[in-house]
Amino acid sequence: MTVNMGPQHPSTHGVLRLVLELDGETIKSCMPTIGYLHTGIEKTAEQKKWQQVVPLVERMDYLAAQSNSLAYVLCVEKLLGLEMPQRVKDIRVLLAELQRIASHLVWIGTHAMEIGAVSMLFYAIRERELLLNINELVAGFRFFPSYFRVGGLREDLPRGFHDAVNAFLDRFPAKIDEFEGLLTKNDIFNRRTRGVGVITQDEALAWGLVGPIARGSGSDYDVRKYFPYTGYESYDFNVPTATEGDVYARYRVRVEEMRQSVRIARQAVQRISPSGAWACDDPRVVPPPKDKVYTEMEALIQHFLIYSQGFTVPVGDAYVPIEGPRGEHGCYVVSDGTNRPWRVKMRPPSFMAIQALPKIIENGMIADVIAVIGSTDVVMGDCDR
Amino acid sequence: MNAPAEARDHEHGLVDPELPLITTTVEKLIQWARRSAIWPAQFGLACCAIEMMSMATSRYDVARFGAEVFRGSPRQSDLMIVAGRLSRKMAPAMRRVYDQMPDPKWVISMGACASVGGVFDNYAIVQGVDQVVPVDVYVPGCPPRPESLIYGIVQLQQKIARSRA
Amino acid sequence: MDASSIIDTLTGVVPGTSYEAGKSVDFATLYVPANALVATCQALRDTPSLRFNVLLEVTAADYLPREPRFEVVYHLLSVPNRQRLRLKVRVASNEIDGAVPTVQSIWPAAGWPEREVWDMFGIVFAGHGDLRRLLMPEDWEGHPARKDYPVQIRKAAQTYEPLEVSEEEFRANIARDRMKRAH
Repeated sequence: MTVNMGPQHPSTHGVLRLVLELDGETIKSCMPTIGYLHTGIEKTAEQKKWQQVVPLVERMDYLAAQSNSLAYVLCVEKLLGLEMPQRVKDIRVLLAELQRIASHLVWIGTHAMEIGAVSMLFYAIRERELLLNINELVAGFRFFPSYFRVGGLREDLPRGFHDAVNAFLDRFPAKIDEFEGLLTKNDIFNRRTRGVGVITQDEALAWGLVGPIARGSGSDYDVRKYFPYTGYESYDFNVPTATEGDVYARYRVRVEEMRQSVRIARQAVQRISPSGAWACDDPRVVPPPKDKVYTEMEALIQHFLIYSQGFTVPVGDAYVPIEGPRGEHGCYVVSDGTNRPWRVKMRPPSFMAIQALPKIIENGMIADVIAVIGSTDVVMGDCDR
Repeated sequence: MNAPAEARDHEHGLVDPELPLITTTVEKLIQWARRSAIWPAQFGLACCAIEMMSMATSRYDVARFGAEVFRGSPRQSDLMIVAGRLSRKMAPAMRRVYDQMPDPKWVISMGACASVGGVFDNYAIVQGVDQVVPVDVYVPGCPPRPESLIYGIVQLQQKIARSRA
Repeated sequence: MDASSIIDTLTGVVPGTSYEAGKSVDFATLYVPANALVATCQALRDTPSLRFNVLLEVTAADYLPREPRFEVVYHLLSVPNRQRLRLKVRVASNEIDGAVPTVQSIWPAAGWPEREVWDMFGIVFAGHGDLRRLLMPEDWEGHPARKDYPVQIRKAAQTYEPLEVSEEEFRANIARDRMKRAH
């Protein structure tokens, strides 16, 4: 029997269509169809100037918005050869880890809700509201702050930032314990997730799945440890792994990642001074402070040039990966020497996960499809771009 | 039994001071019932869907406005909140979901992408869902705050109150 | 490991091919001729000193009006050796139909990225077996990411999608299901 799931379906994390061939309740084959959210962001980005691409790129993986912009910004800075001050790196680390926690909160809320624990969604989104408050404090916008810019940050941290972040970090570990108390030893959750959707480490790597999926199967590959970026080498944290490779293992890995993110965020917030450098010194890329723009001629000209025609990036291409909440999030940028990108391509971890989905769910039951899709944590905006 | 004080209830007509009765018209009663319990169908496409989820959870709690449950099936709902960017591949599927909803039905276009195409003026995005379905309320924003969307739902309720049954 | 040492290792294993080191700011880049791609990838995956066991992505860039027009880019990762590598294959505009072989047999991860490259650029991968539209609708014409494809098009949204089964097939499906359940 052929069953069509989606594209409008409560449990498919966006618009994903699965055509399942069933024999009773067992899945004989599965054909995923994507593209229902294709937005042509990469082609649109070729029409914008370098700095204007940041809001576009943020809307790709909309749960981990600042991971997208961090990957893009690091890539362009690598082509430009810019080096950030340490304070900017620490702020980027802090915001990236808070973004990872926010993304994992949506994951745990929706995953548990689809398996049946509906109240988890409410608990998780309640904590996420505090993180969105921090985003709003920093940039005025809950979801897509566009706070990371090529050359540093958009502006300095506001007053009250440290208090807000510390209040959240003090409150959150108890909440993770609360979530674990609801799910980890829960009999129904265990029966629905243990032994389901197993993938081995070699299979995961052969299918290009790096990130929590590979770490749930035993690999310890984490871009932050293997190829550190923005100063992660100076932070003290562990990379959680599990060996069973099933849905439950991936759940344990992500919950532990939230705890490690809290650990990194605590170290970061202690290193950040309340005010100081928020961008590098390059006058081609970073606009001058406003009081100078109103009084000095050179600053006015510099401000005008940056905002009217933008800066140019040397010819070449670069690929910079970061560890996003879904796995390796990379950005490949090709520049032709002008003030617009020639090609921007993001490496989407969800794309590879859905490609491997038929492999993971074959010979499983149809009810397990929901659990597996939840555990791969796919976001269709990231997959379709 | 206390008789209600003499007052003119602006919604439901004259309140009789002697008898415990409210008089109104059938039309006003039907429209009151329809707008007080609008059940949305889940049609979250992209980022706006996450804000719609935030609206449905405890901080903004749209259940106090009547949208108690988000039905999974379009046949059991009367509101479609198009939350997110509509790509050309998805447009026929969306039209089919809209056609499956029973009358009376309303559509809220949430966000800039659903209203006019948003930041994405390119080959892949339909520039406004009103090319595919008739829209009652447009809510701007990218994504709109949950309060904006609740304001949009309240506007829709007032629109239902004004219209004929 | 930089590009020249990788080239030295490869020329030992894949004879008769000339590689070219590309200029890059992040990690080693190699230009590989299309006819040697599969052998090179096999060597890259299996040679113990290289062990590139993860294919991260396959993408392409359109360099119109320069010839060769396209470059197909592969990003590889070696988890045991902590190495990254970029392979580039130049494709001219008269070679897009089947000059580049698929590497699906070496890394299964290549299936959908190659499909996407065909969908967006029109480059056919020989031996792929499943080159269909992935991101665009099935009946779309044109390859959107090419430089001569417009960014904005004014086209009415298609709202009618015919059902895929005919009436006879629909009845036959129901009859078959009814008989199965009866047993």
